[in-house]
Amino acid sequence: MIGTLAFASLVRHRARTLLAILGVAVSSAMLLDMVMLSSGMRESFRGLLLSQGFQLRLSPKGTLPFDTEATIRDADSLVATLRARPGVQAVSPVLGGQLHFPLASGAVTAAALGIEPAVQGDYELVAGRNPSSANEIVANDALLRAVGRSVGDTVRAAAGYDAQLRALSGERLLHIVGRVRFIYLALDQRAAALPITTLRAMNGSELDGRASVAMVRLRAGVDVERERAALERLLPRVTVISTNEALKQVDERLSYFRQLAVILGAVSLVVGFLLVTTLVTVSVNERIGEIAVMRAIGVRRWRIVAQIVLEAAAIMLVAAPLGLALGLVTARYLNSILARFPGLPERIDFFLFQPSAAWTALGLLAACGVLAGVYPSWRGASLPIATTMRQEAVG
Amino acid sequence: MSATLEVVDLVREYRMGDEVVQALKGVSFTVEQSEYVAIVGPSGCGKSTLLNLLGVIDRPTSGRVSIAGERVDSLSDARATEFRLRRIGFVFQRFYLMQALTARENVELPLAEAGQAGSERRDRALELLDYVGLRKRERHRPSQLSGGEQQRVAIARALANRPALLLADEPTGELDARTGAEMIALFERLNADGTTIVVVTHDEVLARAAKRVIHMRDGLIVGDERTR
Repeated sequence: MIGTLAFASLVRHRARTLLAILGVAVSSAMLLDMVMLSSGMRESFRGLLLSQGFQLRLSPKGTLPFDTEATIRDADSLVATLRARPGVQAVSPVLGGQLHFPLASGAVTAAALGIEPAVQGDYELVAGRNPSSANEIVANDALLRAVGRSVGDTVRAAAGYDAQLRALSGERLLHIVGRVRFIYLALDQRAAALPITTLRAMNGSELDGRASVAMVRLRAGVDVERERAALERLLPRVTVISTNEALKQVDERLSYFRQLAVILGAVSLVVGFLLVTTLVTVSVNERIGEIAVMRAIGVRRWRIVAQIVLEAAAIMLVAAPLGLALGLVTARYLNSILARFPGLPERIDFFLFQPSAAWTALGLLAACGVLAGVYPSWRGASLPIATTMRQEAVG
Repeated sequence: MSATLEVVDLVREYRMGDEVVQALKGVSFTVEQSEYVAIVGPSGCGKSTLLNLLGVIDRPTSGRVSIAGERVDSLSDARATEFRLRRIGFVFQRFYLMQALTARENVELPLAEAGQAGSERRDRALELLDYVGLRKRERHRPSQLSGGEQQRVAIARALANRPALLLADEPTGELDARTGAEMIALFERLNADGTTIVVVTHDEVLARAAKRVIHMRDGLIVGDERTR
């Protein structure tokens, strides 16, 4: 019966209730987006870093992977040392560099990754195959478009290019054997991968025996942090970073995003709360006579409270699914805008939907709905019965 | 006959700014079981204040009110609510039915509050609607009922938990003469069936129907006559 009365009170002013629901839905959408934003990039990075199963990354001492142009010297012996460890399943050395592709209209420059094709973890093959010999290369769509080539074609590439002299160095004819998508690179960034030995050879003695990063995949059951500490002790000339460490670094760099998300999320929650409190307070004020009569005929105080809180919670709970749907749509749209931010890996999402985000938003909204009903219900339940009825009778 | 209602030296003061207004200045009377009492007097004489105190929706400044042997003038809010629910039936001038509920649901409201099971309270509500002649209107909402019908539903609601005392505040105040006469007849029937009734009214016809009339003026009882 309390449910009937709460429902009736909401439908008594349909337009007003509908507007409140829409208002709360918008604020719920914003809340969900902010909850998604606060954890989205972090979780997206985590997924990215763990996508190929490498838990540790070794980079030149004092640097983060690919944060500078510094390289690890004598990388081959380092890789051999790593591979000899019982807990290590695979090691993938990567050398970062550039390739220049001379065309009639000028040279196209692209990022180049020197890899060991059998253990690489930097790209996903879309078509063709991995390089299996020295002069084979795989490239992404952006590069293939820029050089006007496709899988099966050959292309001339050089490690160095002097734009003023239009002179190439470390030139080589490469056979394109695969079309790939690079995991850690931006979608529109031209890039290619080729055997690390080929990239080193094209760069001459400068990069001989060097690697930018070595990624390590551990065997199942091996304690990642313990292995990381052991490697740092064993290899003092490199920095060893685990996925968790990398995420901590990401967390520090993304703290602005999180703060922004928390503040905007809190604001949207407060807006929703105030909206519902106002609506329910107005509704209670309109029927104080009815409430006083209910109290006079023996309806207990807590039932009045329950009825009014139910009204507030109902608005929130009806608005929440609408808000969640709206939040997903807007998150998708905003994500598509932010994904165009230069230099971001294709797979990074700013707004990552996770069921936990939806549950968090829903829980906050439900709690907010209950709280929004507290003031008007307290007001309704504490009305002086005789005075209220007398005033209503006069009114 | 035992006293259903006992009022002793009841005083009710209101503070209005710096001024203290005495709405009741020491009222005493008793009402026996199955009595039908009308309280009459000019506007502002304290009738409604007295009714509020008898109905345990207000507290006296001093004095004592006992209903069915229980002191009710200083009950806690929770106890007063419980007492009103089980021992007092209210009929208001403006009916005050819940507009969202049907006639039957309005009658069921105090039954549900008293914890009666669904089928039991449905049967009781129908029995009461039958008693007031509205059995066929059980599914109608207040807006679909005439003033007289709404008041009859309100009476059925007031009787739901078999109260010791039925209190009515100007029950014919919003009704035309013909419907008012029907209501008076209903009150007489209720009383004949054993219900103790105290009615506050300006309506001389309704007052004449009561077995006893208490006259009030300026917060005091100035007359108490048995008409039958």
